[in-house]
Amino acid sequence: MLAKRLIACLDVRNGSVVKGINFEGLRNAGDPAELATRYNEEGIDELTVLDVTATIEGRRALLDTIRQVSKQIFIPLAVGGGIRSMDDARAVIDAGADKVSLNSAALADPSIITEVARVYGSQAVIVAIDAKRAGDRFEVFGRSGTTRVPREAVGWAAEAADRGAGEILLTSIDRDGTRSGFDCGLTSAVSRAVQIPVIASGGAGIPEHFVDVFSGGGAAAALAASIFHFSEHAVRDLKTYLSEHGVPMRLDW
Amino acid sequence: MKVALVDYGAGNLTSVIKALEAVGATIDLISESPALADARAIVIPGVGHFAATGSLRGAWTRDVRLAINRGVPLLGICLGLQWLFDGSAESPDTPGLGFIGGRCFRLEGPVKVPHVGWNSLDRTDRPSRILDGIPNGASAYFTHSYAAPLVTETVATTVHAQPFSAAVERDYVFGVQFHPEKSGATGLRMLTNFMRLAADRR
Repeated sequence: MLAKRLIACLDVRNGSVVKGINFEGLRNAGDPAELATRYNEEGIDELTVLDVTATIEGRRALLDTIRQVSKQIFIPLAVGGGIRSMDDARAVIDAGADKVSLNSAALADPSIITEVARVYGSQAVIVAIDAKRAGDRFEVFGRSGTTRVPREAVGWAAEAADRGAGEILLTSIDRDGTRSGFDCGLTSAVSRAVQIPVIASGGAGIPEHFVDVFSGGGAAAALAASIFHFSEHAVRDLKTYLSEHGVPMRLDW
Repeated sequence: MKVALVDYGAGNLTSVIKALEAVGATIDLISESPALADARAIVIPGVGHFAATGSLRGAWTRDVRLAINRGVPLLGICLGLQWLFDGSAESPDTPGLGFIGGRCFRLEGPVKVPHVGWNSLDRTDRPSRILDGIPNGASAYFTHSYAAPLVTETVATTVHAQPFSAAVERDYVFGVQFHPEKSGATGLRMLTNFMRLAADRR
């Protein structure tokens, strides 16, 4: 049976891991390769490296980080943040990424989804959607959650899938950094609209939140950062808990 | 141990190279089929659309068959496994190698497609050298929408709405639908098995 995936997100800035609270107020949380190794030993199912810098030095550090991580760790590695062109996608994939996560670039020109999928396959293309509730709708924001765009999350996810995306990474801006739980309504609405897997993100605080988003939200995977960063054995404990609560998990590693 | 990695333009090779290097391989990236003539071990990777295997028609198909007849160990990964069969519904006009009978089909059912993530390998009764030391039920990482049918050569099955061949094996030809380069310790063990089989053939 296909297991639900736990994905640890490493927000990387100039070569070290940080975590934003509501996309602001970053604090240092360690060396990416070291953290990745620890997560792998703990049984994490996948890693996402999100580059939160846009400087030339930052990009160079990112590629070094990807090279280091992918040389030691043989689980899927996705990279996002600042991938604006085919050349950017190629650079991170050549460095060792298996998937690229497209956000603002796809909003600006959705044809990049198809372009990257044609060369590397749909399995290499994640479209990341940052969404915020507005009544019963979900508005889409670009540029790290700062700029509203005239799109609605469910429709945008369906279009991204049609254009060749292999997965949707769906972040609730309302919940991100609050530790108050995933937005299961948002996750469920998008998951029902597309046939491709949806990764839920934003709001993880306690193990019950993961049960909720996997069962009620229909998520194929859940991504979190700080819940994994600041405690020992967090991944292993969470997997054990979820398995005991009926969520199919990979338990051999 | 040198491994001939077939580069036919189907996607990303970096991860496969890194994992093979991690188990002691030296990579000989080949983009012309005559280079197979002195290969000691061949890996055919591949992600994406079955139509991409169209570039393996003609000379590649001939030279791969010759290598198989010489008993050179060959491993097909993902699309590389599917190509070992007669063909795929994904691209009906593109012939496969036809080393294993049967056609690949699209996964259908009340599940997410593509099938992305970790799923279990259920060993069949057929003994397997490529899965040596890998326990029944071990997890491996998959990402695909089309899959190969269950055949005599199937040594592990996986279910995603429907059962399909997760690993096939006949003589010195092996194929895996999952990605050993992304399947943690299980994947590295499988690649180590392949390297060992190749080394023993020399």
